[in-house]
This record gives sequence, structure tokens and C-alpha cells, in this order.
Amino acid sequence: MSTATKTPTAPDSRRTPSKAARLLGDRRLPVVVTATLFLVMYIVGLTRYQNFGFGEPQVFLNLFIDNGYLLVAAVGATFVILSGGIDLSVGSVIGFTTMLTAWLVEKQGLPILVVIPIALGVGAFGGFLMGYVIHNFEIQPFIVTLAGLFLFRGLCLIVSKESIAIDDSSVSSMAQAQAQLGVGFLSVGAIIALVVLAIAFYVLHYTRFGRRVYAIGGNENSAMLMGLPQGGTKIAVYTVSGFCSALAGLLFTLYIQSGDPLHATGMELDAIAAVVIGGTLLTGGSGYVVGTLFGVLVLGLIKSIIQFEGTLSSWWTKIATGVLLCAFILIQRAMTARKKT
Amino acid sequence: MTTTPRWRALTQHNLFWPVAVLVVLLLINVPFTPGFFSIKMTDGHLYGSLVSIVLFGSPLILVAVGMTLVIATGGIDLSVGAVVAITGALTCSYISDEANQDSLSGVFLAMGIGLIAAVVCGLWNGFLVARMGIQPIIATLIIMVAGRGVAQLITDGQIITINSEPYKLIGGGYWLTLPFSIFVVAAVVAIMVALTRRTALGLLVESVGGNAEASRLVGIRSMRIKIMVYVFCALCAGIAGLMISSNTSAADGNNAGLWIELDAILAVVIGGTSLTGGRFSIGGTVVGALVIQTLTTTIYTIGVPTQTNLVFKAAVVIVVCLLQSPKFRAKVFGAKFRSGTGTKDGGTSSATPADGASTTAAAPKMEVS
Amino acid sequence: MAEPRPVLEMTGIVKEFPGVRALSGVDFRLFPGEIHALMGENGAGKSTLIKVLTGVYALDDGTVTLDGRPVRIDSPFQAQQAGISTVYQEVNLCPNLSVAENIFIGREPIRFGRIQWTQMRKDAAELVDRLGLDLDVTAPLSSYPLAVQQLVAIVRAVGTGDSDGAGAGTKVLVLDEPTSSLDRDEVLELFRLMRQLRDEGVAILFVSHFLDQIYEICDRMTVLRNGTLVGEHMVSELDQVGLIQLMIGKAMDQLEGLQEQHAEVGETLLEADGLGRTGGIAPFDLQIKKGEVLGLAGLLGSGRTELARLLFGADQPDSGTVTIGGKAVSMSAPNDAIGAGVAFCSENRKTEGLVPELTVRENIILALQAARGWIRPIPAAQRDELVAKYIKALDIRPANPEARVGRLSGGNQQKVLLARWLITQPKLLILDEPTRGIDVGAKAEIQKLVVSLSEEGMSVLYIAAELEEVLRLSHTIGVLRDRKLVAQIANGPEITPTRILETIASGEHQ
Repeated sequence: MSTATKTPTAPDSRRTPSKAARLLGDRRLPVVVTATLFLVMYIVGLTRYQNFGFGEPQVFLNLFIDNGYLLVAAVGATFVILSGGIDLSVGSVIGFTTMLTAWLVEKQGLPILVVIPIALGVGAFGGFLMGYVIHNFEIQPFIVTLAGLFLFRGLCLIVSKESIAIDDSSVSSMAQAQAQLGVGFLSVGAIIALVVLAIAFYVLHYTRFGRRVYAIGGNENSAMLMGLPQGGTKIAVYTVSGFCSALAGLLFTLYIQSGDPLHATGMELDAIAAVVIGGTLLTGGSGYVVGTLFGVLVLGLIKSIIQFEGTLSSWWTKIATGVLLCAFILIQRAMTARKKT
Repeated sequence: MTTTPRWRALTQHNLFWPVAVLVVLLLINVPFTPGFFSIKMTDGHLYGSLVSIVLFGSPLILVAVGMTLVIATGGIDLSVGAVVAITGALTCSYISDEANQDSLSGVFLAMGIGLIAAVVCGLWNGFLVARMGIQPIIATLIIMVAGRGVAQLITDGQIITINSEPYKLIGGGYWLTLPFSIFVVAAVVAIMVALTRRTALGLLVESVGGNAEASRLVGIRSMRIKIMVYVFCALCAGIAGLMISSNTSAADGNNAGLWIELDAILAVVIGGTSLTGGRFSIGGTVVGALVIQTLTTTIYTIGVPTQTNLVFKAAVVIVVCLLQSPKFRAKVFGAKFRSGTGTKDGGTSSATPADGASTTAAAPKMEVS
Repeated sequence: MAEPRPVLEMTGIVKEFPGVRALSGVDFRLFPGEIHALMGENGAGKSTLIKVLTGVYALDDGTVTLDGRPVRIDSPFQAQQAGISTVYQEVNLCPNLSVAENIFIGREPIRFGRIQWTQMRKDAAELVDRLGLDLDVTAPLSSYPLAVQQLVAIVRAVGTGDSDGAGAGTKVLVLDEPTSSLDRDEVLELFRLMRQLRDEGVAILFVSHFLDQIYEICDRMTVLRNGTLVGEHMVSELDQVGLIQLMIGKAMDQLEGLQEQHAEVGETLLEADGLGRTGGIAPFDLQIKKGEVLGLAGLLGSGRTELARLLFGADQPDSGTVTIGGKAVSMSAPNDAIGAGVAFCSENRKTEGLVPELTVRENIILALQAARGWIRPIPAAQRDELVAKYIKALDIRPANPEARVGRLSGGNQQKVLLARWLITQPKLLILDEPTRGIDVGAKAEIQKLVVSLSEEGMSVLYIAAELEEVLRLSHTIGVLRDRKLVAQIANGPEITPTRILETIASGEHQ
């Protein structure tokens, strides 16, 4: 394996980017920033509320229990955003799933184990339809998923105008089940969320499909010219998002044990915020699900801190989310702007 | 079988289809509500279904009209719902702190504060989009998320109720037998039309949305124009916010203007303005907003459960967008119905081989029709 | 010794578009282990031939054989599968992925459904090494300059032995304008790689406008003109003058004896000093006098448009200054130039000129209105009068100001664009290929118009592909070659097209 004689080129520094440039350009940097933010916030919480039990390990585990459904939804959103698209229907699919589940279990008497695949199937199919329209008719994802938002919220209302509480015993036992970890416990929902996260991580980093998602987000045109089946990948991405939204809906149902037409209104914004705060670029092609995990944890921690603070009202959550979103968007913009020069 | 030129000119007018849909929707009501088109005078006020439609649709018309210009520049504004909430919250909160809630100067001051807040939101959006170059969907998402929190903050989480006669006028009052809000809407629409068609603003906006690079090379300062349209949009949303809170004499940070941005975008699209920017029609948007409002009314009158409202809206969005998509038209109607910009006509120069220096096979799709 | 068989043979290729026959029975062949240049001016059919070869276009007639066997190539993917790899001018890779990933994506090494990253990095490093490149394959592609990204694109194109076993090794490598944005060192690196690949038996199709580079690296060349093959030669057998004559190819004597400019020329209006832009055009000095027509002559890609754009502020310069009417003008945006009285008619009507949805009237007054700002509209009566005047003067058809400009024919669209800038009564009018795609009658009209404008004192910078047009109209001719302004020649009876061609060929004024 001989190397041909090379003509003298400029010094190596041109070839291999400097260490500083590599560090700043490293796409893992945003995740580290978010993780650090989480850590800092947690430490602040520890020092401030140590007399109120903030230091209990269960507080940390509660983050997963209380936000497991959001994590699943945000993971689905991560796929879509990585591919360069957006999905506004997430909240409505979650809401619809809670309603459908409640209706099927309470009003139709179906066992929960039968209802679960039905709900997942409907969500996945909805996502598939949206992806199909987006790709084949070249309509902007924003407007197609907006229609999806209307559609699923409308279907939810059609199923029932009023709230349906779930008294089914198998559901409640599932909701109350706890996995004991010694220092605390986790709920079924939290565990499923972590499993989904792990699967998503594997898919995105160890399968060809996952790498295609990144490729499309990076430069869709190039992906096409490189011979990648970018159409099928796009449709698959929205199907995954629909599936995750439905799964998040199931987890939310477990959490709240009812179906209600107003459930999860606006939750897509939380999911998107979690993804952005987690360091994924909204323009696509760059980001990690681990970042999304930290994004969800940060949002969950904000809620926790507000609870512990006691005097702050819950809408500070929205403001804090907005401020964080703004900060991360501006950082993202600065990063991409610099890359262009 | 030739269509007469007049008929063809009529159908090709860009307002034809939206108005036709509106008329059809209105007519559907008639079998169910025999007195649908009747307008009665009671207590010196005009009442009737038509009046109600315009009255209830007024906030939407306002927001949609503001949204039209933003979309015409190729952008979008998701924050209008939050702006509606913030404006109502600020104004009501100020009035409720006043000793005399009926004092005219107090009411005006409160309204002024509310509208200034709306303008600030618009400036913020415009700054992010035009100066920082952030995608409009993302830039306006920030206020969409945080704005309601701000509104809640202002109202302290409560629904503030006020009891102010002058303030009630805007959204709930009557003047010259008609609901006052109709006059507000008419005035705003008239100002918008004057602004866009009597000055060169409309032309420049359409140019920026139609071909951003050509506009740059022609010397259009698109940054200023973009910031302006976002401010107008937020201002319209602010006025709508005043209307809504005046109608209920209350400010609800959580629910005021909820999802109005989606209805507004829908109204603009139905009215014929393309989401990608360029030619816009304020008249079309007004008709589009009326269509949406009429849809809601019609669903109610014909006895279909109101929860199907959203499903119908979804269907309308999808149908309209599919019809606007060249690929869809090509697949369903065949290539000859594909109208739109930059069609390859017979001109020899427009044939693609004259690409010269840039032989970038950008799309493996055939470039020739 | 028997002549080696061509690896690629295209015979009788015909490709038509509505209204134009882009390729009329073109033959083309490529031998293994050679670097082959495809040459031709605008409209010669060069890019069409490449798009047919790479599967972007379907051919209307003719055959393509690869290694002696006929093939059908209907898509870029099929072309890749057949062994024809293309590296485009815009590096079509994914900048967010690593070098190794870009090389292997779509065929990453897999075991039990799981990507083997270590294996992939190792394979990538080997490939990169084998081709003599020194790269960190784990670095994201975007951290490398464009020149290196291009090399990676080549590595991907020729990287053989995918783990699927699918697809043949690369037999034909098409390089589409790879050197447009490279500096000299980077070009040398590219050439080294090309030579190595050639020595390994790959057939390389090299498309470029840089004559120097063609003569430096290529073994053979094929010249197209007007959709037909006019010659296939060994590079050593055809000198530059001969090549240019083949490409431009009118009989020289037909072009002699042209009318000259007579109009008087005033003092200096515009002075450019060391104005240049990396990747666009080398720093140049230029003077344009009042009432002067300065014509730019040069081959496609020689930098004429880049020069013009710098004078308008459409692109920002990296060096140099511009003075107009004695005052320095910062060329950071078109607004500055417009304010100083410069107008620019781009050659890309559709993407940079017209707003297709707007009417003829709106497009015509756009520049004038933009200069006045949005608050002061041009009064309707005055506006309609102006528009009607220019529609008549330029004979725009249909003569309907309300027609949507996107529906007009190319020639009329060009006239609308012209009217837009003439209305602003500029001091300097830059026309980039104003007569391209216009019928003969309209061409003559526009040229007469240019002459009358200069007689009235307007300066004109005129770019046209047809040399005789430039010669007929200009007081002075700027000659460009390979992105450099190599000469400025005062027009006169002794300046013939042949002289210009020779200047282009030699790169100096004689």
C-alpha cells in the first residue's frame, strides 16, 4: 500500500482543522451545554431546597416518571426534525390516543392489551399518511402536519365531547406498578420511555436508516444524488413520529387515567422545545437523542423547581421554556452562520 | 362549446372560488334556518345570522389580514394567538386597576399600552427573521410558547373581569345599528388596502415574496419591509385581542385567541395567497375568514355535532393545499392544467440546455415539462 | 499494437427539448486510462450530453455502450450502478456527516443489521490513504475546505468493493467543473489524484472552462458546437487558437469588415482599482468613460459575469475600490451602485431578474419604485405613460402591461428586464447576455438601442457570447481568460475577431 508522491501542499494545519475549531464545531457540544445546564439547575435546586427533600433520589427519578410521555414524543419529534421537517400534530395525536384508549376500554369494554396495538397502529398510520402527502405532493411539512393537528383533535372530539375516566382495573394496576430500584422507584411509563430512547439511539447510530435520516437533514438534494432512497426514508420518519406520539399518548393515559378532548393541547410545542434545547438543529442534520433526553429533563426540572419554590405560578414554566428556546435558537443561528463563512 | 369571455373572466378572477365557496356554505344553511338571510331591527340594533357571522368572525378577519402580508413575504407568524392574549391581559389589567373604569382617558391609555406591547412583539419577530435570518416558523415559535406565560403573569393567573362601558364598545357594543367591531374591521381593512395599494408597499412585498434574489438586485431593502409586516401583523393581532377581551369584558390569558393563528393561516390560504409568498389578496383573506366562520355556523345549524368542526377544517386545509400543489395537479388532472410561475413556454431560450457554466444536475427529475 | 477498446461509447445521441434540438446525433467515446475534456460554448450541448450520460435526462435516440455492452441509464442511481460516477460542481455530499460516512453512506459495512463503525473508519482511512490524501476520516466534512470536500466526493465516487457486492467498480468518472473554486495548490492536488486514477485505468471525463488546465491535465478532447460533434483530438495535436476556432467556429472572413463605433467618448465615469473576488475574478483595474461602450470578450466561464457583478455590488469584492463620478462607492450591496447610477441586467432572467407572478407593468417599474422607497409611489398616470412608452420602444409582445411576465417568451422577458433598468436612466448600464435566446430582429433592435444610448451619453458594459456583436458595438474591448482580465483593447479597424481570439488564446495583448 504505497502512497504516490504528493506534490508539496500547504502545511498540515490546513488539512486537519485546529483543535479549537474541532471543539467548537463538534456537534456534540450543544448536548454537553444542555447537560451542563441541567446539572447546574439541579445543583441550584439542591442548595435551595435541601430542607424540602430535593436531595431525595426519588426527586430525580420522578423526572422520568412525570415526563416519560414527553420523552417518547420528543424522541419521535427528534427523528422528524433531524430529517429537516417538523411535526405539529404530536399533541393532537397524544390527545386522540388518550381519548381512543379511554373510549375503547371503558365504553367498548376491550381489554387494554388489545387496545394498545390498535392505538399504536392508528398513530403510525396517521404519520404515514402525512409523510406520504409531504413527500409525494411536495407540500410543506408545516401545513400538512397542521392539518393533521386539526384532524386528530377533531377525531378526538368526535369520539367524545366529554372526559372519560378510566376505572379499568388492569389499567390502574399498570399505572400504579412500580419497579423498585432500592433508592427509589420507576413507573412503567418511565421504563418504557427509557427503552424507547435506547432503541432510538441504536437506530439513529447503528442502522443505515438512521444514517439516512441524518443525510436527508444535512442536504436532501445530495442524499438523492448519492442514490439514497430519500423518499421512503422521509415517509418512514413521519410514521415513526406518529407511532411515538401514539405511544406517548398511551403513557400519558396511564399517567392521567382519563381521556379528555383538551389533553395534550400544545404538547407539540413542548416536544419541539425539548428537541431544540437538546441541541438538535431545526434545520436538520445535526443532533442527538441523548440531547433530547436532557432537553426533556431540563423542562421537567423547571416544573419541579417551580413546584418546590411554591410561590411561583405554573405559567413561569412557559416563560422559562420560551426564554430557553430563544437562547438556544440564537446560539444555533450563531453556530450555523459561522460555519457558512 | 365555448365559454363566453365574460364568464371566463369572472371565473378566473382570483376571488371567484373563495366567494363561490362562501355563497355555497351560506346557501346550505337556508333549508335548516328559513330566516337565515333575514336581518331584523331590534332595540335599534340589527340582528341576523349574517350579522352574527361578521361579528364573531371579526377577530379572525383582523388577525388573518395581518398574517396575509407576512405570508406574502414568504414568512409566517405563529405568535399571533399569544399576542392576542397579551394585549387583552395588559389592557384589562390596567383598566381593572383604575379607580374609575369608565374613564375614557384611562381606557385609551390602557388600550395604548396593550397595543404598544403588541408592536414590541412584532418588532421582536421582525428582528429575528429579518436581521438574524432565523426561519419565521422558528422565530415566531418563541413568543407562541412564552407569550401565554407572559399573559398569565400579567393577569396573575386569574381571569380578569372589568366593568367598563367605553371598553365594552369595541367588541361588544353597537354603533349606528351595527356591531362596532364591524366598523373596526372595516377601518383596519381599509387602511391595509390603502397602505398596500396606494403606496408601493404592496408591490415591494409581492416582489420580496415572489423572488427574493431579484428583489435584492433591484435595490429593495427587504429587511425594513419584513420588519414592517411583522409589526403590522402583531398590531392587527393586538386589535383583535382588544376586541375579544372587550366582548367578554374579561381577559383570559390561557384561552384568548387560542389556535387563532391556525385559523388565520387557513383563511389566508383559502383566500388565494400562496404560502410560499408573492401575490397576496387582502380581499381574499377577508372572504377566507368569513368562509371559516360560516363553516362553523353552518355545521351548527345543520345539526352536525360541532366537534366535527375541526375535522372539516382539516379537510379544507388538505384540499386547498393539494389543489395548490403542482405535483398533485399534474398527477390528477394531467400536465396541461399545471399553471403557475415560470412554465416552460415555447421560447427557445428557456430550454434547459443553455445552462452553461453550472452543469449541476440538481434534480434527476426531468427539467422539461 | 491494437488500439484499446473504448470503455464508453455514445453513438448518434439525439436529445430534443420543446423548440430546440440540443444534441443532433453526437458521437462520443472514452477510453480507459485517459483524461478526456469535453469542450463547447453556451448551447453547444455539452451539459446536455453529460446529463444524458449520467441519467438525468433520457435520450431520444442513439445508443450508449459500456465495455462493449449496450446499457440503458434512466436515473443517476442507475448510472452509478453501471459504473459511471459523477462529482458535481457543488459538492453533493452531506456536510454534517463525517468524511468516512460520506464515503460509505448507503453501503456502510453491516453485520447482523448493525453498522460496523470501526470497520468503516478503517476502510475509509485505507481508501483515503491509497489515493494519497491525508485526512482525518472521523472529522465532519464541513470542517474541511471545499477543495478537500471535492476530493472526498471523488473518493466516494471511485471507492470500490462495497460490502454489498452490488454495483460495478467505477469505470467512468465524470468531473463537472471541479476547479471553479479552487486555488492553485488545490488544483495541483486534484490533478495528482486524477493522474493516479487514470494510471489505475479509470476513464475520466473532465469538464472545465479553464483552457490552461485542459492543456495541463487532459489527454484528449472532444469539441461540440450547436449540438454536433465538430472534432475529437489529442490535446497535443490541437493548439489553443485552433481549439477556440473550433468552439466558436464562424468562418473568420465573414466577420471582417464590421461597422465601427463613431460616437464621442467623455471623461472617466467609473474607475475600478484592484477590484477582485476570490473564486470569482482576479483583481483588475478598469476604466469606463462617459458614453463609452465597453464590451467584454472571453469564453464561457472566463469571468465576465463575475466582473460585471462586482461593478454592481451584486457580489461583494474581497479587494479593491470603485469610484463613480469621482466619488468612492462602497460596493457592499446593489443599493449603493444603484444610487450611484449603475444598472444591471442579469443573464439569469428567471432566477435573478423577473418576478414571474407580477405583471409586465410591475416588473418594469420595480427598479424605479425601489429607488423611491415604499412611501412614495409613482403617480399612476405617469407610471402608465412610462410603461407604455417602453413597451412600444422595445416592442414588447404582447403589448399588454397587465400580462403576467412569467408567461412571456424569453425574448420579451429580456426586453421587460431591459425596460426596467432603462427607466431608471442610469449612467452605466451593465448588460449581461442581453441578446441570448432572442430572435434576430429583436437582437438588432437591442444593439441599435445600445448604440443610441451611448450616443446620448450613457455608458454601457456589454457582455455577449457572439464576438462580432461585441466588436460591432464597443469602443473598448476587455478580454478575459480563466477568470482574469488579460487585456483592454481600443477598438479600431485593425481589431478583428481573429485578433481577439488570439488574445484569449495567448492570454496577453499582442
